[in-house]
Amino acid sequence: MEWEVVIGLEIHAQLSTKSKIFSGASTAFGAMPNTQACAVDLGFPGVLPVLNSEAVTMAVKFGLSVDAPISKRSVFARKNYFYPDLPKGYQISQFELPVVGKGSIDIELEDGESKTIGITRAHLEEDAGKSLHEDFQGKTGIDLNRAGTPLLEIVSEPDMRSAKEAIAYMKKIHSLVQYLEICDGNMQEGSFRCDANVSLRKKGAEKLGTRAELKNINSFRFVERAINVEIERQAEILESGGKVVQETRLYDDALNKTFSMRSKEEANDYRYFPDPDLLPLEIDDAFIEAQKKTLPELPDQKKRRFIDQYALSLYDASILTSNKDLAAYYEQVVDASGKQSKLSVNWVNGELAASLNKENMQIAQSPIKATDLGVMVGLISAGEITGKIAKTVFEYMWNGEGDPLAIIDKHGLKPITDSAELEKLVDDIIAANPKQVEQYQGGQQKLLGYFVGQAMKVTKGKADPAQLNQLIKKKLK
Amino acid sequence: MSTSNQTEEKIEDIVAKIAELSRLSINSEEIPAYQQQLGHIIQFVKQLDDVGTENVEPMAHPQDQSQRLRADSVTESDQHKYFQENAPLVEAGLYLVPKVIEKAEE
Repeated sequence: MEWEVVIGLEIHAQLSTKSKIFSGASTAFGAMPNTQACAVDLGFPGVLPVLNSEAVTMAVKFGLSVDAPISKRSVFARKNYFYPDLPKGYQISQFELPVVGKGSIDIELEDGESKTIGITRAHLEEDAGKSLHEDFQGKTGIDLNRAGTPLLEIVSEPDMRSAKEAIAYMKKIHSLVQYLEICDGNMQEGSFRCDANVSLRKKGAEKLGTRAELKNINSFRFVERAINVEIERQAEILESGGKVVQETRLYDDALNKTFSMRSKEEANDYRYFPDPDLLPLEIDDAFIEAQKKTLPELPDQKKRRFIDQYALSLYDASILTSNKDLAAYYEQVVDASGKQSKLSVNWVNGELAASLNKENMQIAQSPIKATDLGVMVGLISAGEITGKIAKTVFEYMWNGEGDPLAIIDKHGLKPITDSAELEKLVDDIIAANPKQVEQYQGGQQKLLGYFVGQAMKVTKGKADPAQLNQLIKKKLK
Repeated sequence: MSTSNQTEEKIEDIVAKIAELSRLSINSEEIPAYQQQLGHIIQFVKQLDDVGTENVEPMAHPQDQSQRLRADSVTESDQHKYFQENAPLVEAGLYLVPKVIEKAEE
């Protein structure tokens, strides 16, 4: 039987506000336990939530960037459940009337085609606290610093047909929220989390199969693996005539398996109702128009511009614009290089990306300044240094020496272009290798490479190979 | 007779589930009484079914006003010591509660 995979994602993006969504407590990460949980966050009697305007602004920006209508009137609802890290006994969320309506976003598939993924809705809600199960001998420790941190929950349509598509979508949203500067996207710190709804149906069938929900997977790699093992599990069940149970499952990366999480199913009746503590949120046209004007250039627009302006391939432009900081870095390199856009992309997506990858660093942490790399690229294109020397210069820059011109001076990396000097050097090599000269003159043309190699060795790569080639050919005629 | 019994059983389950969701511990002898009382409440509310609501916008709040927003600034200071005076058990700044385990089964 051929099965079609159907995936929908719920992404939780932590909004980068300074204070919580309903209180004036700080949202800074990494504070001592419970030092940033105030009476509102703790659900003390008599306190009232007051909505953070910045959280609303950020939600509106997101909605506009995915072409979704912004609700003129939206309502906060209580989602009721019992858990120790939820002190009020309910989470303030949005249910029937979310702030952001139906939108969409385009993703790029591996074959270069693009596909539109529907966004069902996005709503504002508060995060819960953290439970720490270790270290407390039979007890669970509760840290409520995170309680009340603003989240934007972004719900997709079940439009994805493979784990790869799901990752492409997730990465696109990840990039978008960072472009908009509404979320720092830090997955290790839990600022960007994802639940995946996965189901299978017979190829060609209209009706969706029963889904399992994979909870809180905190890296792109794990999302992909979790979805794939879940697809395998469901296919096995269906192939053997069984039925998939609708449930929440957890992914264990050590075992590369998903497990049923029964405890949460028990009380899966959230009894949503409008929160009487919060009046409806009204957003007027003037506000929406004002936000439209503040939107930055978005990833897709930037990608198109890079292709036009810098004559880049779709592939290179996609990589560069997938990250706002990387795109900005590239543009600085191009500027400093004297508009050498193609040579710049080779260095940024090549040598630099490889070095960053090796050290597991982000572009923002790059030890090489964009302007320095740009100046170096300019020197290559002007023929001032060879590609080989450039790699050496790059090494020095990577190790923090900064200005490429200073590096070239200090380490004597100036190219030897003086033909008299080169001629002398070539004469020496010819004199020292009579046997090879004889063979070459006897017809073994490929020995030319040997002479050039010797010359490069003597000059430590500082000569131009093309120039050497010509010179040696002339001398050995 | 048998159908009525089945319905009765089902309603008993519903009462037990509501009790579970409300974190109320009730024993099986109490169920008929709760069942009856809850039934009365449902009958009472059911009268609303007779009201024509086609052209009525759902009300989210009795006051015809909209949400006032606050500026995004940190106005709270650390008072955890004070708040934790009310907690039965605290360690290393954390509130301690009976162990909660997310039970995962294959």
